[in-house]
Amino acid sequence: MNNPPSQYLHLPTAPRPRVSGLPRLRAPASPHSNSSWLDWVTGLGYLFLYTPILILIVFSFNNSRFNVVWKGFTLDWYIKLFEDTKILEALKVSLIVALVSTAISLVIGTLTAWAMYRYSFKGKRILEGVLYLPIIIPDIVMGISLTLFFVLIKFQLGMASIIIAHVAFNISFVMVVVRARLQGLDRTLEEAAMDLGADEVTTFFKVTLPLLSPGLVAAALLAFTLSFDDFVISFFTAGVGATPLPVQIYSMVKLGVSPVVNAISTLVLVISFILVTLAEKLQRK
Amino acid sequence: MKRFRHQLLVFFNHHPSLSLLSLLGPSLFWLGVFFLVPLLIIFLYSFLQKGPYGGILYQFTLENYRRFLDPLYLTILIRSFKLALMTTGICLVTGYPIAYRIAFAGKKWKNTLLVLIILPFWTSFLIRTYAWMLLLRDTGLINQLLLKFHIVREPLKLLYTEGAVLVGMVYGFLPFMVLPLYASIEKLDKTLLEAAEDLGATPFWRFLKVTLPLTLPGVIAGSILVFIPSVAAFVTPDLLGGAKTMMMGSLIQNQFGPARDWPFGSAISLVLMILVLISVFIYLRVTKEYE
Repeated sequence: MNNPPSQYLHLPTAPRPRVSGLPRLRAPASPHSNSSWLDWVTGLGYLFLYTPILILIVFSFNNSRFNVVWKGFTLDWYIKLFEDTKILEALKVSLIVALVSTAISLVIGTLTAWAMYRYSFKGKRILEGVLYLPIIIPDIVMGISLTLFFVLIKFQLGMASIIIAHVAFNISFVMVVVRARLQGLDRTLEEAAMDLGADEVTTFFKVTLPLLSPGLVAAALLAFTLSFDDFVISFFTAGVGATPLPVQIYSMVKLGVSPVVNAISTLVLVISFILVTLAEKLQRK
Repeated sequence: MKRFRHQLLVFFNHHPSLSLLSLLGPSLFWLGVFFLVPLLIIFLYSFLQKGPYGGILYQFTLENYRRFLDPLYLTILIRSFKLALMTTGICLVTGYPIAYRIAFAGKKWKNTLLVLIILPFWTSFLIRTYAWMLLLRDTGLINQLLLKFHIVREPLKLLYTEGAVLVGMVYGFLPFMVLPLYASIEKLDKTLLEAAEDLGATPFWRFLKVTLPLTLPGVIAGSILVFIPSVAAFVTPDLLGGAKTMMMGSLIQNQFGPARDWPFGSAISLVLMILVLISVFIYLRVTKEYE
């Protein structure tokens, strides 16, 4: 491997004319403008990512019990969905869990992000590791360990245990998003406020918070989506006390494929897509 | 009120460590009690025995770890690793060109392409896996098309196979590979690529000698982010696989469900945890070297 191939050694016959020594005013043109195979692979990749989702959405409007062949357009499954008390109950559970866990993790995660941004202290690296751990640890390990913990301390499984679990993984996500926003802040604005006689509290509420707010809303939207969509951890920490929507969908899928599942899945996907797109837009602000 | 606030601020200014503690307190408490303690419980349970009717018998044993060597469980362990490695490999090979293309896309397209990768990343994994059931079933779309064009006489058995699990996992985890790779390619000093070209490197050699070594941290990060959830996957093998394609995730669920063997389930979970920690350690080492 150490011997460069021959073509490595001779210079190109006609070096491209180039103005050297001047600062570049724009980025160099992509050296790949003519790589059509890259475009093909990328196109196929996106097709692979979105075809199954599109099929699912299309079939949720299919006028056939067995959702096999396209039999025409119908809204029946969506109507059936809103008559299904089990699904509505699960939806209610999911909404409450997502709202409460988002609120709690937003406060805790923001405080943490603030501390990590402002202070350096002993053991900061270790804490950082612990904060990233819930993001990378397999869901199933987190779900199982929490369930064992609840059983051990005789804590009734139900809505409260799901919320506790969701806050545990959402703190980290909120921290990451808010911290990214903090790092992009202009410190001099805060200093200016302090120089003009504002104390720390006033500065925080009048200067820092308004600057942070797009990041906070983005973090909240993502935390809500993660909580609303979470299946594995909810599956283990729910017990028989409460059934969130993804767990309900799972049991319906296990029982056999019904077009109602396509309808509810489509709704959940569309809601998630909207929330995440909003969060993205806010983060780029 | 104002005076009280002022006094409070003065107090905190004199005790900076206290103000730090009040900022970090809530997360230290929550993650300590509801994240680290449960992991500690798993660690302890994995060295205990199973009670006669499930539950825990407080007697030290190493039996739970020895059981990994049983052919039955060894097969599951090996299958999990094999499928996770294959998933990681396929994601890397398909994810690299995609990440590369996004990194070199024009300003107008770049954001759209990125958002389209990020969207699946945040949406319900369960539902996205279920969508594949509609495609792969005997009466699913793929088989229907094959039958319609007379490519096959009778439906192929696609669902409930290892192949289905592999496709489902690649589909589920591809964004985890593309995003870190993109970040890494984006950071690349483009003039180095030009330099390589000016010195006569063909695109292939330029990639091998310049692009790939410089984006190695992204490759490692993406591979770890794909490998970890693949090895512990539960939803994908459960919905797209079947009894014959059991993986570690389903095995854990089984121990806490029907088998009622908590200590063994804890031991499997702990092995997964250790895998995660090793991967993270490797990642930190590699990125440190590059910095």
